[in-house]
Formats: sequence, structure tokens, C-alpha cells
Amino acid sequence: MDKALQLQQALQDTLGDLVESMTLALGEITVVVDSARYLPVMQALRDAPGLQFDELIDLCGMDYSEYGNAAWKGPRFAVVTHLLSLLHNWRVRVRVFVPEAANVVIASVTEIWPAANWFEREAFDLYGILFDGHPDLRRILTDYGFIGHPFRKDFPVSGYVEVRYDEEQKRVVYQPVTIEPRELTPRVIREDDYGRR
Amino acid sequence: MAEIKNYTINFGPQHPSAHGVLRLILELDGEVIQRADPHIGFLHRATEKLAETKTYLQNVPYMDRLDYVSMMCNEHGYVLAVEKLLGINVPERAQYIRVMFDEITRLMNHLMWLGAQALDVGAMAVFLYTFREREDLFDCYEAVSGARMHAAYYRPGGVYRDLPDTMPQYGETTVRSAKEVSERNANRQGSLLDFIEDFTNRFPGYVDEYETLLTDNRIWKQRLVNVGVITPEQAKALGYTGPMLRGSGVEWDLRKKQPYEVYDRLDFAIPVGVNGDSYDRYLVRVEEMRQSNRIIRQCIDWLRTHPGPVMTDDYKVAPPPRAKMKAGMEELIHHFKLFSEGFHVPPGEAYAAIEGPKGEFGVYIVSDGANKPYRLKIRAPGFAHLQSLNEMVKGHMIADAVTILGSIDLVFGEIDR
Repeated sequence: MDKALQLQQALQDTLGDLVESMTLALGEITVVVDSARYLPVMQALRDAPGLQFDELIDLCGMDYSEYGNAAWKGPRFAVVTHLLSLLHNWRVRVRVFVPEAANVVIASVTEIWPAANWFEREAFDLYGILFDGHPDLRRILTDYGFIGHPFRKDFPVSGYVEVRYDEEQKRVVYQPVTIEPRELTPRVIREDDYGRR
Repeated sequence: MAEIKNYTINFGPQHPSAHGVLRLILELDGEVIQRADPHIGFLHRATEKLAETKTYLQNVPYMDRLDYVSMMCNEHGYVLAVEKLLGINVPERAQYIRVMFDEITRLMNHLMWLGAQALDVGAMAVFLYTFREREDLFDCYEAVSGARMHAAYYRPGGVYRDLPDTMPQYGETTVRSAKEVSERNANRQGSLLDFIEDFTNRFPGYVDEYETLLTDNRIWKQRLVNVGVITPEQAKALGYTGPMLRGSGVEWDLRKKQPYEVYDRLDFAIPVGVNGDSYDRYLVRVEEMRQSNRIIRQCIDWLRTHPGPVMTDDYKVAPPPRAKMKAGMEELIHHFKLFSEGFHVPPGEAYAAIEGPKGEFGVYIVSDGANKPYRLKIRAPGFAHLQSLNEMVKGHMIADAVTILGSIDLVFGEIDR
């Protein structure tokens, strides 16, 4: 039996109703989980004998606010995790949409996979997603004292501040950016039958 | 009795053995490290954010600049993800060329690593030797793409062009006589494949030289054996991949387990460590160099006898040949569209991973049907490896921290992205 179908069956058997949806596309399985059931599902993915995803390969934040041409309905932020099982040699992708509230909070999986530590710090730094239960949620990639979450779609590519050396004050100073972002090739989404009529 | 307090020191961000711009906060008890807190991000260029503003083709050169000692492997991960989303097939010859250059890249990376690690531990000479070999490999890059490092050679749909029939040659200068130049050009008379074959003939001897210098060297062993031990269970929990995982004794290599391109048709072995210390990781990487050499030889043999296209003929993705473009209106339109607007990728998401020299290099692309990625996430192996630094250096001396940093094989281009 095809590996992906076999995995789909195993996921179906173990997780059953715990997941919102499970899709098989391009040979990859994507599982969408409700944020309330996120931790139990992740725990099961690692520990259930038929699954045993013993390695967390990647965890990243997502900002869906500008997805597609139509306005995005549903929660803006998501956390996408890629898991790998060395034993069974298969992969799965788990997506959990972070509920919209005053703070963007989701449970941390560092207890399950210690490897998630820096990946969650990165998602916090770049998207402002807070991970409940993370032991050390500090910024990781941006500058000390950086303000904002740069990978959100409403954050300009050029940023808000720049640094330069000030000859009079004899030190490096921050100032508002003096460049404007240019878009050489516009972003376009064509209709489905574009160029085929 | 005086009260003894732990001492905290700052290491980096400008330090020769930090392999770039790593800042470490080390908490010391005497000379023994109690805690290490790596601060990264000094080389953060927001590649992933920039990629959202560039077309798929424009993003290829950004990949070179991630892990800047294994350039083509990064491109490979990216083009695989794009090709998966597009659902296009790559000509067989292009696949062999990619595999061959992946392995050449692996050699370049491991040579760089070996030289730097030896330098960290105090052996100056190895660095000079490994860079001598890297020079030949850079020449291969140059011959095939025109650039010695940032090649942008792999493209969605294949590779940019076929292997050249001639090698660039040295010219006579005021400091190099004609005789010296002709000696240097001796192995550059034939095609690129001839040059690479000549290299693969010489290379195992070079690896023997490095091993003579290091493997049984008493100082080398004193500095590496039992330093930075990671058990297989720890390695899995910490998200290790590549030589770091294999050094701990887990037999896992994407080239064998989840073969991409033509790796399933090639004959090579996977070296695995026993103790999971820095020395085992050294042995694993050295053996990998020998195996890469074998793979390159097999690719050369195949490429010699199988001419063919190196780029897909789907002109919606890859540019049409120049000659067709001059004569055909359709091809001209394709060309114009490709290089102004770029090709569109169907909505969806894909994750493609390759066995990079440092570990699993993965690219996760989310597309909403536009000519630019909606989200591009780069899974850099070094990122996962470096976060476990605290586990590895705890209880070791300061000097061992340098050894361990070296054995992780860090490059900040990919960690900070």
C-alpha cells in the first residue's frame, strides 16, 4: 500500500475525531487541529505506537491575513509544524489556527519535543504568537530592543527604523527609515483559465 | 571562607572560532561551563520576508546566500519544493547533474568544515590543504554557472544550462611563467567532466592525507574524543539531522530513506558513529567525503553516455531556447511573461527536504496562486543543532566549547536567515 495512504489510515485510527480535517495533497498529509485539542493531538502523534513522530523537524508561524485575492475569513495566525518519524519513515504537517483574542496565544510543545524551543521563539519573534508553557520566550532573530513583529503582513519590508553612525554624537543612532520599499514586479493572482482561452 | 560565585563571560559576536557572528553568554565555575546561552540573529536578513516580495525565479539566488558554503544544496531544496507545487518533471540528465553538483557541494562544505575544525583545535596545516581542494571545486562551479560561489544554477524545471565542453584556463601573468601556466592547465584541456573525473581520481589520496594528519593524532583525539556526547534519544528529541544524527549512531539519510532525484539508482554507503562525540562526527564526515566521491564518479559515467535536455520543455515554467524565441511568437510571449511577471504556482503548500551537507535542509512553501510565494519557510539544519549547544557544553571546559561549536558545523547564513 502507498505509504501516504497507510499513514492516513494510521492517523485516522489514532486521532479519529480529534482533528478538524485531514487532507492528502502532493503526497503530503496535512492535519488541521483545533487549538483546544492541540496538545493532546501532538502528544498522541509522538507516543501512539502506530505513529511515533519522534522528531520535530520544523515549526513556523503563518499570517494568513492577505492570502488570496478575497478577504481572509477565519483566524489570522496559524502555527505549522512538520513532524518526522524515523521509525516509520513518514512525515506529517500539523496546522493549528490560533484563536483571535487580545493576545495571540497557543500552547507550547516544548514539553513534547525539546527541539521546538527555538522554533517557537522564532515564531514569537517574527509573528508575535505567544506560546503558553514555553520556558524562555525571548526574541531570537531580531535586534535587542526591537519593536514589532516583522513577518506580519502589515509590517513593511523596509521596517520602521534604520541605524547610522552619527558624526556629531560619535555613536550609532536610530532614526526613521529614509528609504521607501519599491515593488518591481507586482504580485498578481490570475484567474484559473488565464492564457488557456 | 570566601563566597565563590559563578563567573559570566561574553564570547563573540566577533570571535574567530564563533564561525561568523555567534554571541555566547557562558556561565562559568572556574573553567567549567555551567550554562551556555547562544544569542543568534546578528546575520538576520529576513530572507523569508524578502522572498514574499520576489517572484519564484528571483528567489533562487537568495538561497545561495543562506548556507554560503553549500550553495547548490540550498537551491536544490528550494527548486524541489517549487517543482512539487508545479507538478512538473525534470529531465533525467538534469537530475544527474543536480546530484553530481550536490555531492561536489557536500565535498566543499566538508572540506571547509574540516579545515575550520582543525584550526579551532589548533592544527593550522589542514586548513591550507582543504582549501587547495576547494579551489578545484570552485572552478567546477565557475565552469558550469559563471560564479565561483553563488551559482544560481538550479532552476525550477532543471538546471540553467548543460555542462560545458571546455574548462576555463589560467593565463600567463608577470608572476607566472608560460611553463608554470601550462602545468596548471594540464588537467583543464578537456571538458568539465574530464576535469571532475581527474579530481575524483586524486581526491581519495587527499582524504588519506587529512586522515594521516588527524585521525590517529594524539592531540586531535584528546581534544575530540568524549567531547560533546549526544545519545541517540537526545539527538532525536533535539531535532538533529544529517551527520550530527548519524554521529550519534542513528542510521538516517534522506538520500537513502526518502530518495529524491536519482539517488535510488546510485551505490553509496552511509557511515554511522558509535559514541556520538565530536570525534565520531569527524569520522562520519570524513567517510561521507569518500562516499560523495563515489557518487560523483557514478554520475560522471552516466552523464558521459546520456546526452539530452537539461531543462523541462514546459515553457510556462522554463524559458524556451533562444533560437525558437527568435522565430516563434508563442515562445517570445512565454519569454516575456516569464521574465516580467514570472510563472504562477498553483495554490497549495509543499515541503521538500534534501540531505544537505549539514543535515536536512527543508523548504516549506505556501502558495495562493500568485507569481510570488505567500510564505516561504526555510528549515535550516544548523538552527536545530545550535539550540542544543547548552546540552553539549555543560560540564566541559571553555576550550571544549570551541571544539563543540566546530563539530556542529555552523554557518550563520542559514541559522539567522
